[in-house]
Amino acid sequence: MPFVSVPPVMPPTSDSLIVARGLTKRFGDFTAVDGIDVEVHRGEAFGFLGPNGAGKSSTMRMIGCVSSPSDGSMHVFGLDAATHGAQIRARIGVVPQLDTLDTELSVKENLWLYGRFFDLPRAECRRRATELLEFAQLTDRADSIVDNLSGGMKRRLSIARSLINEPELLLLDEPTTGLDPQARHVLWDRLYRLKQQGVTLVLTTHYMDEAEQLCDRLVVMDQGHIVAEGSPRDLIARYSTREVLELRFAADGNEAAAAQLAGIGDRLELLPDRVLIYADDGETALTETHHRGLSPESALVRRSSLEDVFLQLTGRSLAD
Amino acid sequence: MTILLRIIPAGFVVRRPQRMIERHVVAYRRQWLIIVSGFFEPLFILLSVRAGLGDLVGEVSVAGRAVPYEAFVAPALMASSAMNGAVFDSTGNVLHRLKYARIYDAALATPMSPADVAMGEIGWALLRGQMYAVGFLGVMAGLGLVESWWALLALPACLLVGFAFASIGFLATTYMRGFADMDMVNTVVLPLSLFSATVFPVSAYGDLAWLVQVSPLYHGVALVRAANTGVWSASLVAHALVLLVVSLVALLAATRRVDLLLRK
Ligand SMILES: Nc1ncnc2c1ncn2[C@@H]1O[C@H](COP(=O)(O)OP(=O)(O)OP(=O)(O)O)[C@@H](O)[C@H]1O
Ligand SMILES: [Mg+2]
Repeated sequence: MPFVSVPPVMPPTSDSLIVARGLTKRFGDFTAVDGIDVEVHRGEAFGFLGPNGAGKSSTMRMIGCVSSPSDGSMHVFGLDAATHGAQIRARIGVVPQLDTLDTELSVKENLWLYGRFFDLPRAECRRRATELLEFAQLTDRADSIVDNLSGGMKRRLSIARSLINEPELLLLDEPTTGLDPQARHVLWDRLYRLKQQGVTLVLTTHYMDEAEQLCDRLVVMDQGHIVAEGSPRDLIARYSTREVLELRFAADGNEAAAAQLAGIGDRLELLPDRVLIYADDGETALTETHHRGLSPESALVRRSSLEDVFLQLTGRSLAD
Repeated sequence: MTILLRIIPAGFVVRRPQRMIERHVVAYRRQWLIIVSGFFEPLFILLSVRAGLGDLVGEVSVAGRAVPYEAFVAPALMASSAMNGAVFDSTGNVLHRLKYARIYDAALATPMSPADVAMGEIGWALLRGQMYAVGFLGVMAGLGLVESWWALLALPACLLVGFAFASIGFLATTYMRGFADMDMVNTVVLPLSLFSATVFPVSAYGDLAWLVQVSPLYHGVALVRAANTGVWSASLVAHALVLLVVSLVALLAATRRVDLLLRK
């Protein structure tokens, strides 16, 4: 029998909400997303992390069926995104990185007119709008023109608007950028509740605490590629040590100190403002530092976080 | 027909263009003065023609009949005003929604299609234009410039003019880089309203008559004028067809542009 090459077929798992294979986005000669494979399961919270320009938003836009892939395939809800865009969009909610609110309309009108785009009856749009105003804590601003809202209020309205069609899948591109800490915590709580109701969440973020709090699973993207995938805990175990020693030296002293610190712990990272030493036992590393005659201005032993994973994988800190 | 098929975007689906119109109805509830003000411009123009020009020019021959100049020019003004309204609604306003307010981005994240957006916007321009056309016709009747009930057919004629120019305007807007490019619109629209057999009969253009016939407005003027005088000829079918084909081609091209621009 002749040898037949079988294309890689993924078993059609019933709980896969998004299945992307070789997903690619090119803008002219530039490849923003370079053949990534992603699978998101029903009911989970899935995160895209990565430095600026990694291709997160481009990927989100393809999943949201507002941008067509240059290559590869994508299925959402088992429907082919290339042919069933409108049907897919009817069942998802989208919070784009930049708000696309209708600034000429009032807060309330923004909600119910958006519902009309989904063919919801007028009465139903109004009912949901009232609920969502409550959800976004904007009830007392219901009649304000959107142009006059603060940035954080607009963000909350964007998120509320994305829920008007009671989506099964919610795409959130940097949902909490621009929110004050209290509003962020409120939003995390709301997202957690949506997840408990069975809504699948896909989000991008530059905040590590957000990713650790919200995501069951995440991928780290860099230059259009996926460089790591797993749960926050997995990734920390795989790409970082148990603890990290953070040292700060007097002005401009970090680089000189780093040279003398070589060999302590598993790995050393020199940042503009501090030196990080990755070690399973931070205290021991600190003792060794003192042994070498170095006296940092401040020293802190902490547990490894996603931030460290990110740094290791992309060579950049997440806050960039 | 083959050209039409070639430019039909693969995903040309029209399901709910009326949603775009619904949005505008709500948005303009707060700006109803803008809508009302649109009635006044043609009114002033008509009154000024009545007051002065008519006496100066005397009579003009239309389809072999002598008609007072103001009855000759009024239908042309009606068609021009349909064109102006359609162009106005489908350029500046659309540019703002397309590039700055990002209203179409929001719509395209829902089941709305690019064709829904384009058709909705053009439909809105037509709706608004029809309101003004009705007003215009009423004023014409009040001034005694309407010859018969056939004049009611000027309304669908203006609808066709509006369709053609709203589609062309929308298409042109998708190529604009910013509001600076809006100047070009006036550069095109003004000569069109002057040289489309509006203020002179086409015979007055001599050897350049063919140039006049290139203007879509010329065909619209011919239709409105025929409606107003109640004099019909087979050539009117051709005039209507020209407008219809221009409208459809521009609409399809515009839809494709929205798709290209916003779903990249
Ligand atoms: N419409 C476009 N035309 C050309 N290039 C684009 C376009 N959109 C994105 N890009 C490029 O694609 C790359 C990825 O952009 P993308 O917005 O997906 O990054 P990101 O990961 O979301 O970044 P950020 O964290 O800054 O939001 C960038 O280099 C960007 O310049
Ligand atoms: Mg982004």
